[in-house]
Amino acid sequence: MDLLIKNGYVFDPLNGIDGEIMDISVKDGVIVEKVDEHNAYVIDASGMIVMPGGIDIHTHIAGAEVNSGRLLRPEDHVRDVEPKTPLTRSGVGYSVPSTFTTGYRYARMGYTFLCNPSMPPLEAKHTHEELDDTPIVDKITYPLLGDWWFVLEYLRDRKIEECAEHVAWMIIATKGYAIKIVNPGGLETWGFGGNVKSLDDPVPYFNVTPREIIRGLCMVNKMLNLPHTIHVHTNRLGQPGNYITTIETMDCVKDLATGDKLIIHITHCQFSAFKGDSWANMRSGADDISKYVNAHSHVTLDMGQVIFTDTTTMTADGPWQYTLYGISGNKWVNHDVEVETSSGIVPFIYRRKNYVHATMWAIGLELALLIRDPWKIYLTTDHPNGGPFTEYPKIISWLMSKKAREEILKKINRKARARALLPSIDREYTFYEIAIVTRAGQAKALGLKRKGHLGVGADADIAIYNIDPRKVDPSNDYKAVQRAFSRAAYTIKSGEIVVKDGEIVNTLDGKTYWINFEPTSQLDPLSNVAAELKKRFREYWTVEIENYFIPERYLKHSASITVRPGV
Amino acid sequence: MTPKYKFRVPVYAECISPDIFSGKSVEEILALKVWEGNKNRSLGDLFNVSVEKESGEAEVVIYLSGDFIKVRRVGANMTTGKIIVDGDIGMHLGEGMRGGEIIVNGYADSWLGGSMKGGRIEVKGSAGDYIGAPYRGSKDGMKGGTIIIYGDAGREVGCLMMGGLIRIYGSVKHFVGINMVDGTIVIHGDCAGKAGGGMRGGRIIICGHIPSILPTFTIEDIRPSVNVDGEKISGPFYRFVGDVSDKGEGRLFVSKEKNPHLSFYEKYL
Ligand SMILES: [Zn+2]
Repeated sequence: MDLLIKNGYVFDPLNGIDGEIMDISVKDGVIVEKVDEHNAYVIDASGMIVMPGGIDIHTHIAGAEVNSGRLLRPEDHVRDVEPKTPLTRSGVGYSVPSTFTTGYRYARMGYTFLCNPSMPPLEAKHTHEELDDTPIVDKITYPLLGDWWFVLEYLRDRKIEECAEHVAWMIIATKGYAIKIVNPGGLETWGFGGNVKSLDDPVPYFNVTPREIIRGLCMVNKMLNLPHTIHVHTNRLGQPGNYITTIETMDCVKDLATGDKLIIHITHCQFSAFKGDSWANMRSGADDISKYVNAHSHVTLDMGQVIFTDTTTMTADGPWQYTLYGISGNKWVNHDVEVETSSGIVPFIYRRKNYVHATMWAIGLELALLIRDPWKIYLTTDHPNGGPFTEYPKIISWLMSKKAREEILKKINRKARARALLPSIDREYTFYEIAIVTRAGQAKALGLKRKGHLGVGADADIAIYNIDPRKVDPSNDYKAVQRAFSRAAYTIKSGEIVVKDGEIVNTLDGKTYWINFEPTSQLDPLSNVAAELKKRFREYWTVEIENYFIPERYLKHSASITVRPGV
Repeated sequence: MTPKYKFRVPVYAECISPDIFSGKSVEEILALKVWEGNKNRSLGDLFNVSVEKESGEAEVVIYLSGDFIKVRRVGANMTTGKIIVDGDIGMHLGEGMRGGEIIVNGYADSWLGGSMKGGRIEVKGSAGDYIGAPYRGSKDGMKGGTIIIYGDAGREVGCLMMGGLIRIYGSVKHFVGINMVDGTIVIHGDCAGKAGGGMRGGRIIICGHIPSILPTFTIEDIRPSVNVDGEKISGPFYRFVGDVSDKGEGRLFVSKEKNPHLSFYEKYL
């Protein structure tokens, strides 16, 4: 069915369109120049905002870690139950929703593309099974590679090409999209009961430093021509004084950048932007980080905004999760994933009156407001670590309205308010900037050519929000902004209307994108690496290589993107 | 209110609450939504309801009569009024209640008064497991109010309790007061064992027999009696402190007379 979206205020930053009234035509799931109005389903979007479908660059929605979180938190689900409807399945929320509910809830907010950021390669099958069960949206997933023994060994021996070939094999084997690095070196050190303390603190036995891992994988990433950069969760995350480590991390790959090309993404930066040397004098490092980011063009960030709520933290950062258990005294899970990575889960309540939590809330917003170029920072909560993704409309309103921020500032811990930079910041995002931090910027950072924009040839993933930018002043009427972004008037996925007036009307399946590599004379992972790995698999893993590699037919809707490694 | 037929699947009926019935007409009450298994139904589909109108603003009293054993969450979060059950009632009765009164002339199933904060529940028969305990996974134990059971109760009575009083005239199974933080539990009958495992504070008083005390409790002294809500329960009682493996300072009182096999503790005094 052809589709014609008429008279909406279109915000399409990748094509420089800033709130122009124009029509968008869709044919066969793709945006086209024109369709015949008489044969098309016409959506009257007058008085509404039209944007590309939302993209979440970092959201824990699937896999063994998320599922352990679900098992750990029955009390989280009982408060938030979604009954079955003739069209949708039943499910539960809140902070670790079931797969179907995750897909529906994102679609209701106008999101159509999700990046699952933390997949232990060994758990890839489980992850893809859950992604297959996450309806409507498209998905990608990042295998955790920063502490994989093969990476540590090859980087220690400075064998970058062998490392690249192994990483490529792993991306094909796990049907992954990007290189995820979590607390590089720290996860393996956790296997020895410790953690790395700086970029130059070597990993026991392997004798390779976090700096060498980050630089090595950054070179590998370039060599493989991956569309996204390395996706980094920094060392010392969650510790006072870590903002220095974050700046050093960004800076340690600066010389590897060519021109204005992006080469590193620092994820959920809020958790890595603390000054001070104890929880008592912990304060915001957003100022220094934003100065660095404003002065450099090789780095992007996402916020990792905190919401005052009862949520579930989960990361591959085992040592940090153990620390968090110590801080909170809550129930916890900690796990060692054979030769690959670690992980941990702890429920957590962020409280307004807690000095540290309130400071963290302010830091996320400070980063987003002090970094001048919205193409460099994206809206996330590191779902569910800072809070569930269903709270994004609140964050949008905080970014767009100083008044909305002041409402919260009034209620937070007094010491945190007095020390925060946030009250002194007047900046308010425009709808155009919101479109950048919730879709266009993320599509650019991920190297997605047909997503995040509404130009001819783009996939017809579109969100329409019922808010009139000429009539509503977001700065004052921020509640209207929250309402509009909570329930899309329409969400269109692959040219089909999937949500109308905030309700699901169609539950089609999205695709799972993954990276395949064209074999070259220097780099041919499937023939070179596979044979060697087969030999070593028995001594390294508890599973056989035949059960490890995910064939393409395993994915319900596979969409591979083939890249040609540069070497 | 009486059930129209015998329910085969659980019925979730948190709308059966004086707070919700208050000020509503019969038609409005019959139209309230309940879940029968995965089917959304109205109260009138499942129950015969008759309303005796009373003049004035008297508090709402709800009478349930018949077999309600499959009906869950009755009186959840209620703050006022009264519910009287003539028969057996299902799980989660009075969950999270803050005020008012519930009287059960029969058996009350598990999670009775789960996470309750105030008010009073009285069960003339016996009760299931997890009396006053929070929902699975939650630490939000009973904070206040009173639960009185004239019959026996099951396992983990007062799990994660933080305040209030639970009084059981019959016997209980294992793990009474597990992980409790504060509040008082009185057992007039026997206890199957493992009393106070993981407790960090509060008091458990066992007037009957208990096979043994957990090794993570140490004897403190022998007390002639214990005061509960101004009432003196006479002993003498062995008084233990624990659970020391959780750095707990809870107090476990055990009748000396009914437990001669515990007399060896006296040599540590
Ligand atoms: Zn994350």
